[in-house]
Amino acid sequence: MMESQFNFALVLPEIILLVAAMAILIIDAFSNDPKRTLTYTLSNATLAVVFVVSLWQWVGGVSGTGFYSMVVVDSFSHFVKLVSYLAVFATMVYSREYIQTRDMLRGGEFYVLVLLALLGQMVMISAGNMLTIYLGLELMSLAIYALVAMRRDHEQSTEAAMKYFVLGSLASGFLLYGMSMVYGATGSLDLAVIGSTVQSGDMQMALVFGLVFIVAGLAFKLGVVPFHMWVPDVYTGAPTAVTLVLAAAPKLAAFAIVMRLLVTGLGELTISWQPMLIILAVLSMAIGNLTALMQTNMKRMLAYSSISHMGFVLLALASGSTDGNMFVNAGAYGSALFYMVSYVLTTLASFGVVMVMSRQGFECENLEDFKGLNKLNPTLAGVMLLVMFSLAGIPPLIGFYAKLMVLQAVIQTGMVWLAVVAVMFSLIGAFYYLRVVKLVYFDQPAPDRVVDRVPTVPASLLAVNVGLILLLGLVPAGLMNISVNTILSSF
Amino acid sequence: MIGEIASSSVPWLTIAIFTPIIFGLIILLVGRDDQPNVARWLGVIGATLGLLATIPLYTGFDTSTADMQFVHKAEWIAVFAANYHVGVDGISLWYVLLTALITLIVVIAGWGSITYKVAQYKAAFLILSGLMIGVFSALDGLLFYVFFEATLIPMYLIIGIWGGPNRVYAAVKFFLYTLLGSLLLLVAFLYLWATTGSWAILDWHQAPLTYDVQVLIFLAFLASFAVKVPMFPVHTWLPDAHPEAPTGGSVILAPIMLKLGAYGFLRFSLPITPDASVGLADLMIVLSLIAIIYIGFVALVQKDMKKLVAYSSISHMGFVTLGFFIFNIEGLKGGLVQMVSHGFVSGALFLCIGVLYDRMHTHKIADFGGVVNQMPKFVTFFVLFSMANAGLPGTSGFVGEFMVILGAIHFNFWIGVLTATALILAASYSLWMVKRVAYGKVANERVAKLKDLDAREFLVLSILAIGILYMGIFPKPFTDVMNASVHVLLEHIATGKL
Repeated sequence: MMESQFNFALVLPEIILLVAAMAILIIDAFSNDPKRTLTYTLSNATLAVVFVVSLWQWVGGVSGTGFYSMVVVDSFSHFVKLVSYLAVFATMVYSREYIQTRDMLRGGEFYVLVLLALLGQMVMISAGNMLTIYLGLELMSLAIYALVAMRRDHEQSTEAAMKYFVLGSLASGFLLYGMSMVYGATGSLDLAVIGSTVQSGDMQMALVFGLVFIVAGLAFKLGVVPFHMWVPDVYTGAPTAVTLVLAAAPKLAAFAIVMRLLVTGLGELTISWQPMLIILAVLSMAIGNLTALMQTNMKRMLAYSSISHMGFVLLALASGSTDGNMFVNAGAYGSALFYMVSYVLTTLASFGVVMVMSRQGFECENLEDFKGLNKLNPTLAGVMLLVMFSLAGIPPLIGFYAKLMVLQAVIQTGMVWLAVVAVMFSLIGAFYYLRVVKLVYFDQPAPDRVVDRVPTVPASLLAVNVGLILLLGLVPAGLMNISVNTILSSF
Repeated sequence: MIGEIASSSVPWLTIAIFTPIIFGLIILLVGRDDQPNVARWLGVIGATLGLLATIPLYTGFDTSTADMQFVHKAEWIAVFAANYHVGVDGISLWYVLLTALITLIVVIAGWGSITYKVAQYKAAFLILSGLMIGVFSALDGLLFYVFFEATLIPMYLIIGIWGGPNRVYAAVKFFLYTLLGSLLLLVAFLYLWATTGSWAILDWHQAPLTYDVQVLIFLAFLASFAVKVPMFPVHTWLPDAHPEAPTGGSVILAPIMLKLGAYGFLRFSLPITPDASVGLADLMIVLSLIAIIYIGFVALVQKDMKKLVAYSSISHMGFVTLGFFIFNIEGLKGGLVQMVSHGFVSGALFLCIGVLYDRMHTHKIADFGGVVNQMPKFVTFFVLFSMANAGLPGTSGFVGEFMVILGAIHFNFWIGVLTATALILAASYSLWMVKRVAYGKVANERVAKLKDLDAREFLVLSILAIGILYMGIFPKPFTDVMNASVHVLLEHIATGKL
C-alpha cells in the first residue's frame, strides 16, 4: 500500500527538473563566463530532457495519482506541461541577448529561477490537493518575484517587484483563506474527495464563502478585472525578458489550477461560480480593451490586452454544463485550453519581437519605436503583422479559432447575448492592434532609427513561432482535437 | 434542394483559389526592393495562371442545372464538422471569373505606377484575389468566413501603405466598419451551426427557423453585408476609402469587394432567412431607393473624380439590392447582371482616373479640362465608360438597370418610376464629369503637356471596353448561366420555411 502510493515514476519530469536546477546552480557558481553559455545550454538541455520524458509519458498513457493523491498525472497535465516547456524554452532563447546587455547575468540565477518557476508551474499543473496547489503556486511566485527584482539598480523594476510581491501575496492569502473555508466545510484538502463530498447546489455558508475567495485568488493570478491592477505595472516595470517569463507559461499553470479547483474540486457548484466568472469576464473584456486603447507603451498595451484575453478564457470556463454533461464541458473547457495555448504562442512572439528589437541602453517598448518597421526590417514587420492580427482574432490566424471556439461554446449554452457582447469588445480591441500595424506599415521611421540584424537563433525561433501561428490557423483541427480530448479524458 | 456535382478529375476551383495565393507568397519570399521587375513579372504570371485556371469553370459549366458544380470537398476541422468545401453555381460563377480577370488587369495596369515595396504590393493583390475567389466559391460557412475576413488584411495594407494623404484614416475606417458587421455575421453563423450541427451552407438553406429567429439572423447578416455593399446609411467608409486607395486598390474595391456583400445576400440572407427577407423587404427597398436617389444626388456635387465614382457605385449597388428584394425574376437577374456590369464599368472608370492620376497626381475635377486635346484615345474610352455608367443602351450598364427597373415596375409602379429617375441622375453626374474633365478649354499647363495612352494602358482599357460592349449588345451568355440558379432561389423564397 505504502509503496504504491509513492509513485516516483509519475513525477519523473519534476524530479529531473529539480535535480537539474540544483546542479545548474552549483555549476554556475564556478563559471566566470559573462555570457553564461554553459548555464544557458544546460538549462535548455534540461528542458529538452523533461520534454522528451513528458512526451514519452503522454504517448505511453502514463496517468494516475500518487503520494496519497497529492499529485495527479493525466493527459491534461502532460499536454499543459509540454506547452509550458516550449514557452520557457522560447523565453530563454528570445531573452538571451537581452539579459546579457542588461547586466542580468552576473550570476546564472536568471536561468535557475526560470527553471524553478517552471517547476512550480508543473507542481500546480499536476496538483491533486489544495496543499500541492499552494506549494506549486508559492514556488513559482517566489521565483518570479526574484526575477522581476533582478535589475536591482533599476527603479522601475524594483517598484514592479514590490507591487507584484505585495499584491501576489495578498492573492495567495485570498486563495489560502478560501481553501481553509472549503476544508472547514468538507473536511478534506483532497480535490477528488471534495468533489465527491460537495453536493450539487450545496449552499453552506462556509463553502460559498470559500468559493468566493478561491475565485478571487484565481482571478488575481490570471490577472482579470477587478483584480488586474498589478498586471500593467508589473508587465511594464519588469525587464522584458521577465515580462515574458510571467506572461506566458504561468498563465497555463494558473489555468490548470482553475480547472483543478473549480472543475475537479467544486464542479458541483458550477451553477454558483459560473455567474461570477461571467461578470469577471465581461469586466475584463471591457476594461482591458478600453484601457489598452489609450496606451502608448507596447508592454503596457499588451498587458491590458492580456487582461481582455483572460476575460475570453473565463467566458469559455463559464460556459460549461451545470449538470456535469461531459461533452458540453469538454467543448467549453477545451476551448479555454485552446485559447490559452494560442494566447501563449502569440504572446511569446509579441514579446519576442519587443526583445530582439531592444539594444544595449535602448528599450524598444514605446509604440513610437515601431514606426516604419516595414522599411527597416520587413521580416520583423511581417511577424508583428501576423501577431497583431492573431491577437485581434482575424482569420486565418490561430487567434481567430481561439475566439471561434470560445464563442461557439458560449452560444451552445444559449447565451447568444454574451457572445454579442464579447464580439463587440473584440471589435474595440481590434483598433489598438490595428494601430500597431499602422505604425509598423504606414508610418515613416524616425530618421535616426536603425534596427539591428536579429541573431540567427532567435530569428529562426521567431520564424517557427509565427509560422505556427499561421499554420495552426490554416489547419487548427489537430490542436483543437488535443485540447478537447485531453479535457475529456482528464476531467 | 440544390444538389452538388463533384469536380472532374482536376479541382479547377481549388487551383483558381490557390494559384494567386501561392504566387503571392512566392513574391513575398523572393521579392526584393532593388529588383521590382521580378515581382512585377511574377505578379503577371500568377494572375494569368489564375485566370487560365478559371476558364475550364466557364467552358465546363452546365447551365441547365442549379446544382453546385466543380465541387471539391475535403475534411478540414473535424471537431467542428467544418470542411474545405467549394463549388460554383450560376450565381457565383461570374464573380469568380470577374475576380480573376480584374486581378490580371490590376497587376498589368499598376505595372509602373507603384514604386514603393513593389513585391509587397503585388503579393497583397494576388493573395487578395485568391481570397475573394474563395469567398465566392465557399460552400462551408466557416470557410466562407475565413476567406471573407481574411480579405481585410491585404486590403487594409493596400489602402494604408500605398494610398493617398488621408490613407490611415481611410484604412482604419474601412477595417473597423467591415469588422463590426463581420463579427455579428460570425455570431449568426455560430448560431446556425449550433442549431443545425453543420457548417454546410446548403444545409443551412434547409434549416427550419422560426420567424423571430430568422429576423435576428437576417439583421446580423444585414449588418455585415450592408457594410460591404455598402448600403445607406453605412456607406460612409467607401467615399473615404476610394480617394485614398491606390488605383489598383480602387479597382479591386469597387468591382469585386463590394460584390462580396451583395453576393452574401443571395447566398445567405435570401435562402437562409426567406421569410424574414420577405417580411423586411420594405426596409431593404427603402434603403435601396435612398441609395439610388439620394446618393445619386450626392455624386452630382462631388469635386473629386474618385469620390464621384465611389458615390455612383453606391447608387448602382442600390439597384442590385433593390433587384434582390423585389423577388421577381427580372429583378434578381437584373441585380446579378448589374453586379457584373458594374464590375467592368467601375473598374474601367477607376483605371481611367488612375491614368490621369499617374500623369497629374491629382483626381480633383477642377484640375482638369480640355484633356481631349492631348489625349484623344483616352477620352474615347473615358466617354464610353461614362456612358456605360449612365446606362446607355448598347452598353452593359443598360441591361442590368433596365431589368431591375422592369422588375420594380412589376412589383410596384411607383417604385419603378423612382428607380428610373436614377438613370437621369447617373447621366447627369457621369456626363457632367466628362464634360468638365475632357472638354472645354485646356485648364492649365500641366494638362497641355499630357501624353496619350501607352500600349499597356490601351490594352487594359480595351479589354474592359470589349467586355462592356459585348455584355451590352449580347447579354445572353451572362444571363443563361444565371437562369437555373435564380429560378431555384426564387422558388425557395416563395416556399419559405414556416
